[in-house]
Amino acid sequence: MLAVDVAKQLGALSLSVRFQAAHGATALFGPSGAGKTSVVNMIAGLLTPDRGVVTLDDTVLFDAGKNIDVPPHRRRIGYVFQEGRLFPHLSVRQNLDYGRRMSGHPREAGEFERIAALLDIGHLLDRRPGKLSGGERQRVAVGRALLMRPRLLLLDEPLASLDAGLKREILPYLVRLRDDAKIPIVYVSHMPAEVRRIATTVVRLDSGRVVASGGLELLEELELDSLN
Amino acid sequence: MLDLSPAEWTAVALSLRIALVATACALPFGIAIGWLLARKQFWGKTLLNGLVFLPLVLPPVVTGYLLLIWFGRRGPIGAFLYDYFGVVFSFRWTGAALSCGVMGFPLMVRPISLALEAVDRRLEDAAATLGANSVLVFFTVTLPLALPGIIAGVLLCFARALGEFGATITFVSNIPGETQTISAAIYTLTQVPGGDAAAGGLVLVAIALSLIALIAAEWVARRATIRFHGD
Repeated sequence: MLAVDVAKQLGALSLSVRFQAAHGATALFGPSGAGKTSVVNMIAGLLTPDRGVVTLDDTVLFDAGKNIDVPPHRRRIGYVFQEGRLFPHLSVRQNLDYGRRMSGHPREAGEFERIAALLDIGHLLDRRPGKLSGGERQRVAVGRALLMRPRLLLLDEPLASLDAGLKREILPYLVRLRDDAKIPIVYVSHMPAEVRRIATTVVRLDSGRVVASGGLELLEELELDSLN
Repeated sequence: MLDLSPAEWTAVALSLRIALVATACALPFGIAIGWLLARKQFWGKTLLNGLVFLPLVLPPVVTGYLLLIWFGRRGPIGAFLYDYFGVVFSFRWTGAALSCGVMGFPLMVRPISLALEAVDRRLEDAAATLGANSVLVFFTVTLPLALPGIIAGVLLCFARALGEFGATITFVSNIPGETQTISAAIYTLTQVPGGDAAAGGLVLVAIALSLIALIAAEWVARRATIRFHGD
């Protein structure tokens, strides 16, 4: 269970967000500029909130009042960035293995193969990221985040840079991931169609505030609004 | 083809050794200072920047003179190094390496600093989320991505060190077999009647070595770029 209650002034945007994410996939949904990526960066520890608390299960990751700020490398939160951010100087295999090597835990038998099979990237292992298609790159990025054995997975618009065909190609992998991985997922998106496929809970963000949270029915309401 | 005397070959070998040692010793400092200049804001940054690039604009004789005063046996730094570590710079090849390293340093720092500045910070963030602490991020992401710039800096420093003359001759004089590099040997030969022919041989060696260093720099940088960007 992830609990977020953070505030930060970002230029003109005054961000103040509070929500919880249990297992399954929680979509942070809202128009661009709503502060979705900033929230995710604060969960990962890449951006420091002005005030607030972030806890994951029974660990406090950030607490401004108590001066607690666990650095990103000790949070064990898998992060799939919008642009993938694969390391260009490493092969796909080395990219996938990076998290395990950095945290120094031993290789678990079959884990690598299982995730490579889940994402269908086994045939790409010896290539460099520069030679992958956009869809392949994002699948490798998901695999890399999973292989560090995260306690939480953050996906920040992982499909935004892909065309419609590639989106359709990757969505099933993400759905399978949600059902297979037993960790909570926070999924950032501004596309209702994507959110409907993946999310089990929706948190709607607008101008730095949570304007609604609940089940997928939030999306329908939104569509009704736009029809009226 | 090249008809060099044993003494001249000694000068060539000595030049290579001095340039190699100078470059190798300058490299850790070059990376550290390049990183400071590229990534950190601190009080006195402009001053540090100025100091690093000073040898590039000062007359080499002045740099050599300052080295002589500070690193000579009685100089404040030289005396300290001799008393505590037994290291002597004055009139030794080690002193030549020091002056060559100092003269080549700005040429090394510049490309390293630019390369470190150009490394995509977002990749460093990604590495951090994957469990790498800042030291690991530096050695597994930042440094490899800055490698083309580091190699360019190394080769430029090496080339400069190979040709250094003014600061070296001022600091450690021109002693055959100890501090007489190619440049110093050519200078000596041109001072003797009839030395032109022998100087010619050394001149060819100097041209060849410099060309090799430049071509190698170009080639290595291109290879590294290709390797990182995939095609």
